[in-house]
Amino acid sequence: MFYREAGQFKTSYKKDQAILPIFQDKIAMVAMLLFCFIVIPLFANDYWLASILVPFLALSLAALGLNVLTGYAGQISLGTAAFMAVGAFASFNLQVRIPEIPFLVAFLWGGLCAAGVGILFGLPSLRIKGFYLAVATLAAQFFIEWLFTHFDWFTNYSTSGVITAPPMTLLGFAIDNPLSKYFLVLSIVVICAFFVRNLARSEIGRAWMAVRDMDIAAEAIGINLMKTKLLAFGVSSFLCGLAGALWAYVVLGTVEPQAFDIARSFEILFMVVIGGLGSVSGAFLGAGFMILLPILLNNLGSLITGGTISTETIAHIEYMVFGAFIIFFLIVEPNGLARLWQIGKEKLRLWPFPY
Amino acid sequence: MDWWFFLEVFVGGLLSGVMYSLVALGFVLIFKASGVFNFAQGAMVLFAALTFVRLLEMGIPMLAAIGVTMVIMVILAIAIERIVLRPLVNQDLIILFMATIGLNYFIEGMAQLVWDSKVHVLDLGIDEYDAFEIGEAFINKFDVYAALIAGGLVLVLSLFFRYTVIGRALRAVADDHQAALSVGIPLRTIWIYVWSTAGIVALVAGIVWGSKLGVQFAISSVALKAIPVLIIGGFTSVPGAILGGLIVGCGEKLAEVYLGGFVGGAIENWFPYMLALLVLMIRPEGIFGEKIIERV
Amino acid sequence: MSLKNQNLISKSEVIMNIKNINLSFGGLKALSGVSLQIKKGEILAIIGPNGAGKSSMLNVISGIYVPQEGVVEWKGKRRNKIAPHDIARMGIARTFQNIALFKGMSALENILTGRNILMKRNLFMEMLYMGLGRRQEEEHRKKAEEIIDFLEIQSIRKTPVARLPYGMQKRVELGRALALEPELLLLDEPMAGMNVEEKEDMCRFVLDVNEQFGTTIVLIEHDMGVVMDISDRVVVLDYGIKIADGTPDKVRSEKKVIDAYLGVG
Repeated sequence: MFYREAGQFKTSYKKDQAILPIFQDKIAMVAMLLFCFIVIPLFANDYWLASILVPFLALSLAALGLNVLTGYAGQISLGTAAFMAVGAFASFNLQVRIPEIPFLVAFLWGGLCAAGVGILFGLPSLRIKGFYLAVATLAAQFFIEWLFTHFDWFTNYSTSGVITAPPMTLLGFAIDNPLSKYFLVLSIVVICAFFVRNLARSEIGRAWMAVRDMDIAAEAIGINLMKTKLLAFGVSSFLCGLAGALWAYVVLGTVEPQAFDIARSFEILFMVVIGGLGSVSGAFLGAGFMILLPILLNNLGSLITGGTISTETIAHIEYMVFGAFIIFFLIVEPNGLARLWQIGKEKLRLWPFPY
Repeated sequence: MDWWFFLEVFVGGLLSGVMYSLVALGFVLIFKASGVFNFAQGAMVLFAALTFVRLLEMGIPMLAAIGVTMVIMVILAIAIERIVLRPLVNQDLIILFMATIGLNYFIEGMAQLVWDSKVHVLDLGIDEYDAFEIGEAFINKFDVYAALIAGGLVLVLSLFFRYTVIGRALRAVADDHQAALSVGIPLRTIWIYVWSTAGIVALVAGIVWGSKLGVQFAISSVALKAIPVLIIGGFTSVPGAILGGLIVGCGEKLAEVYLGGFVGGAIENWFPYMLALLVLMIRPEGIFGEKIIERV
Repeated sequence: MSLKNQNLISKSEVIMNIKNINLSFGGLKALSGVSLQIKKGEILAIIGPNGAGKSSMLNVISGIYVPQEGVVEWKGKRRNKIAPHDIARMGIARTFQNIALFKGMSALENILTGRNILMKRNLFMEMLYMGLGRRQEEEHRKKAEEIIDFLEIQSIRKTPVARLPYGMQKRVELGRALALEPELLLLDEPMAGMNVEEKEDMCRFVLDVNEQFGTTIVLIEHDMGVVMDISDRVVVLDYGIKIADGTPDKVRSEKKVIDAYLGVG
């Protein structure tokens, strides 16, 4: 009964095209940001920050990147983790070769390199579609993993094949504890989400969706398929690369190429499908779901069996539950959790009346 | 250049390629009849092999174990049709593809939950290291038997497609869903047949791969090798799957031996994909696939 | 009887001149020796029995098909093979026989997408939704709203198109084509599958577009009543050959046309 748009008349197109046209949504967004930036840091302990929230945010960013490509532009990719790897290794290498470079610049460089590689492996999308394209991205996945494993130059000749992220300092502050890392990742992710939301409601976003929904018609109204698809690959891979750099620098600290294997690619695809194809909030909901579900299963498992259940059994159940959820969402609600949330809001708009 | 060695690598590649074809065959069956790219084929291979080996370990004779596993694969096919395919029947193929990725995870989890995730030895009475000698080249005996099994399976399937009522119905469905429906071919039954057949092919592939590598989780990722095979051979062609397998098997072995040394080795993992990518750029429908014509 | 003044049209300039084209697919001849002039500001209907080559003709006009022989001149210049996305830039827009809307978007977004071609692409400004990025969205929204008003679809502007009834979808598709501000508008069976009222509405819109914006319109249509009512000129194709070209009244009385439709000869 408090969620109504009645009485909110928009007197200009400008107001109608604002990022959140409904007043209550604006309030909710401000409240959400305040919660993330103030309440969470005040109350969350180091375990929650370091083991749940920071990985959650980093993977959300990767899911956001994949959502640009798959959700908005309709091009499927099974090589997300490879683009993350490019971001991580490119940032690392830039800083190793030129130590004076600030880490944020290195992150940006990582994103740009990933974008370049993404565009390169996106080239086949001009001729092939659907799962044929998935094969091209699988090629990226296997090739890039192999490249970083077999050429020591990328790991700066480290004997273990592992890279260790240099320490990060920003404006004289060392970013070395869970709280500062949380702020760093949160800020980057919020900015990126804002950018993607803006793109989605602009000319570029419409071009992406047009290519996704009906490519022949998109061409007929003058949309250049090649440029539009490659732009989607570029933007998507940039975000994935950035996420990879965060994963290496902030979440893990030391990384081997296997941290970006095909299982990671699938994990992020699942986030996008469960969260909702073609929505920014879906990336966050999906990532949250994928991170919280194993924890939930673990606790539930030991609660029911009194701690006798093996971690292996739980891992197998996890596989089954993830698989079942993917199928469930594809059948029941292909637009994922984000759509369920939207339906909830539509109901709330009318509540307590039925119509 | 040592030509005997070349021959050994070449034939070894061909024979291991046959093993890929065996997995690819399962994909082709389902793709032909329903247009679905079944990513879960690898998981089905794992599930079939695990079921089979665990039944053997329980002391059930081999033929009975094969029979029981086949029944289980048919039940699995019926369940998949009911629960996954039927609700998604008119969806985009890309949605169906993603659903099979979910299915893949589900079956992988289920296989290991029901049975276990240890490595099981599957002994068919063939020594994996025994070899035929041809001149100065050594040809692995096991690979030859595997190739014979694969060849036999292809023959049986071709006969099945050509001479049985179900086979004809399958071909009709593959040609045109709507037309097949309109002459009274029940699509759902056909899908169950196809998925069952794919399940049985998975069992054969699982037995062969399992006795080579041991029955273990890694078998499931053999499916990833089958994908470039399909791209190269074409998704809709049984002979294409065989030839694609041979090309990939040969190509990757030769590349590994003669090129791998220069770039640090282990290029087997990505080489088939790059080969597939090349084919896609030149002829997107694969060497044997039917040309896709889009109308405005 | 046509609703417009014939004399006005016949004097005006030719914007597309198609001379003696042959088009075949493999061994199959789709069009043989067809010549056709499209005059500025007219409504031209292409009719003919099934398989007569109407759709092929429309695709030749739009530039998707390039005939093996013959010349296509657009505004006095010879047109060779062009990229599909450049057709719209030349001022040619079209609708499709089977509705080809972007089904994940609202009606308004579909129409706005039609204006993409008139916008500038700037990744950074659109990302920030500032400067040009914001300005052009607001400017073009205004244009899109004009089209929405013109087509009387104000109430559904924010409805996802997949939820709209068939007639409304056809209207949105017309709106998307109009958003390009084309000189030449190609309509592939715009009234197929509509009921009488929907057809009347669509006829009104086609005539209004032609009169208010001066857009040249070429359409394929099966409903003879509609064709005779709204078009200035009718071209009849049969087996890939042009058998008649003239005003609706003249074409209607030609023996060849009657034979083609009744299946004689």
